[in-house]
Amino acid sequence: MTSAPLIPVRAGFLPLVDAALLIAAREKGFAREEGIDLHLFRETSWANIRDRLSVGHFDVAHMLAPLPIAANLGLSPLDVPFIAPMALGLGGNAVTVSNGLWSALAAFGAPSDGDPTRVGAALRAVISARQDQRERSLIFAVVQSFSGHHYELRYWLAACGIDPDRDLTIVVVPPPLMVDALKSGRIDGYCVGEPWNTAAVHDGSGRIVTTKSSIWRSSPEKVLGVTKEWAEVNPETLAGLLRALHRASLWCEDKNNAPDLAALLAGAEYLNLPEAVVLPAISNEIALGDSVPRPVADFLIFASKAATFPWQSHALWFYSQMVRWGQIAHSAESSLAARLSYRPDLYRQALSGLGVAMPGASSKIEGALAERTHLPAARGQLVLGPDGFFDGVIFDPDRIEDYITASKFNAALHKN
Amino acid sequence: MSSSELSILIIDENRVRAAIIEEGLREAGHSRITIISEMSGLVRRIEEAAPDVIVIDLENPNRDMLEDLFRVSRAVRKPVAMFVDKSDTAMIAEAIAAGVSAYVVDGLRKDRVKSILDLAIGRFNAFERIREELETAKQALSERKLIDRAKGILMKLKHISEDEAYALLRQTAMKQNMRIAKIAESIIATSTIFGRDSK
Repeated sequence: MTSAPLIPVRAGFLPLVDAALLIAAREKGFAREEGIDLHLFRETSWANIRDRLSVGHFDVAHMLAPLPIAANLGLSPLDVPFIAPMALGLGGNAVTVSNGLWSALAAFGAPSDGDPTRVGAALRAVISARQDQRERSLIFAVVQSFSGHHYELRYWLAACGIDPDRDLTIVVVPPPLMVDALKSGRIDGYCVGEPWNTAAVHDGSGRIVTTKSSIWRSSPEKVLGVTKEWAEVNPETLAGLLRALHRASLWCEDKNNAPDLAALLAGAEYLNLPEAVVLPAISNEIALGDSVPRPVADFLIFASKAATFPWQSHALWFYSQMVRWGQIAHSAESSLAARLSYRPDLYRQALSGLGVAMPGASSKIEGALAERTHLPAARGQLVLGPDGFFDGVIFDPDRIEDYITASKFNAALHKN
Repeated sequence: MSSSELSILIIDENRVRAAIIEEGLREAGHSRITIISEMSGLVRRIEEAAPDVIVIDLENPNRDMLEDLFRVSRAVRKPVAMFVDKSDTAMIAEAIAAGVSAYVVDGLRKDRVKSILDLAIGRFNAFERIREELETAKQALSERKLIDRAKGILMKLKHISEDEAYALLRQTAMKQNMRIAKIAESIIATSTIFGRDSK
């Protein structure tokens, strides 16, 4: 600890459960211990987060994991390079459908346990029945084009034989407006982060049919976004912030702190929602459709399994999906730019003194660990996995072109 | 009006602010202006307005939806580039600071759009000032009411004149290094707890 004046750091966030690390870093004093006065600013859209970070209104931000990549690939309005020196956890999203669509899915044999394969098969049957009846196509919402939600929803649909571009419509709706849109029938389902799935279940207006953790176990969701320039000008402050967020992640993951964390997040200046809506994601016990919460393995991971490590293979998977769905054409330069958007080197430097078990590699083969696996790591042992995709397909970041070419419903191939 | 006149769409749930911007644009000679203050059916209404320029406030959570719309749908006539020019960072920063962002149909002449955005920024800032002044005025008014009530309580309780009651409030405030309104508030709270009749 130091008696020097605290360094102010301004962070933007969206009111979601996975803003927890930033909120805990401020409220539980972890930032202060690193000499940082962390100011948090609640925002209303990812576009605002991106723009305010770009022009320097924020120093750092809670950010959708694909957003820094999109920015660096020139897919954003401003040409300001971003980097992600840390992830803010794994998982945390789910797919929720309206009561009407759930009845139809159940009639086609959808199970109530959130199994993505069988729910997907039922959804495919519902869609084909609707096509036969000449009913309008189903509408699903995500929160942003460059989001984990968007890509995992499309991945799930495609792997179940549903063409996300032809068999249904995908639109963008802001997270807090999802439940209303579902209730009013403007959309039939959505993929969003917590607490907005639980909110629909509590409200009686929807049912959770599967989770991000079931589609891709231990998968990336939010990162700490920083402009490259700010990171270069303020290396010490950034390192201190990463250490504070690391300590915050351990605190958030400790189940004894769950009630405390839920109360904190529920507060008026943060999510401003009842604690009961916030708690399920934190405790990894989700009520899918009734009032009975059931454990969902690895629903949201704050710290363990290297949950805050910015794997470059994660960046490359997001990039592969941008190519797959026609958001960008593949090239070696783009692939490199995507990979370098994530900065495990900065993460390692910052946390090197803390005795944290650190992955030796910066990339891994996604889906290779079917089981919980102990790996040798710099400093002790690292536990990773299981990390598989539900369809069993493996993503090898060194063979990204093969992966893209082999994927179904491929905009990169189907373009006519 | 010439057919080359720009169609401008203002998306703002704050009707007063939208009207202020509209007025400014009309004064500057624009007449093809549409305001959307109601967010339901947004996509269809954008299609109808067929805008060349969209001005939207940053408080609106629908920016992500709009950007997606521009990216994938044919709802807007031409591809839309965001902001005026990616390189015009100073103006972008100024716009964001004012709380406004803009989307522009690709290929429009930069100077034509710039004047519109300049105007929007100016009007947003002016509106913010008015809002702040209103807040201050409102606060002052409610503080005066608080002080009046506290004076009344003190006059009754201590059998003193209005001037003496005020002087007492002011002294206490100075001693405790607090605003008079704060002292008045606690006097009112205390008297509520002990009941009005506890003379």
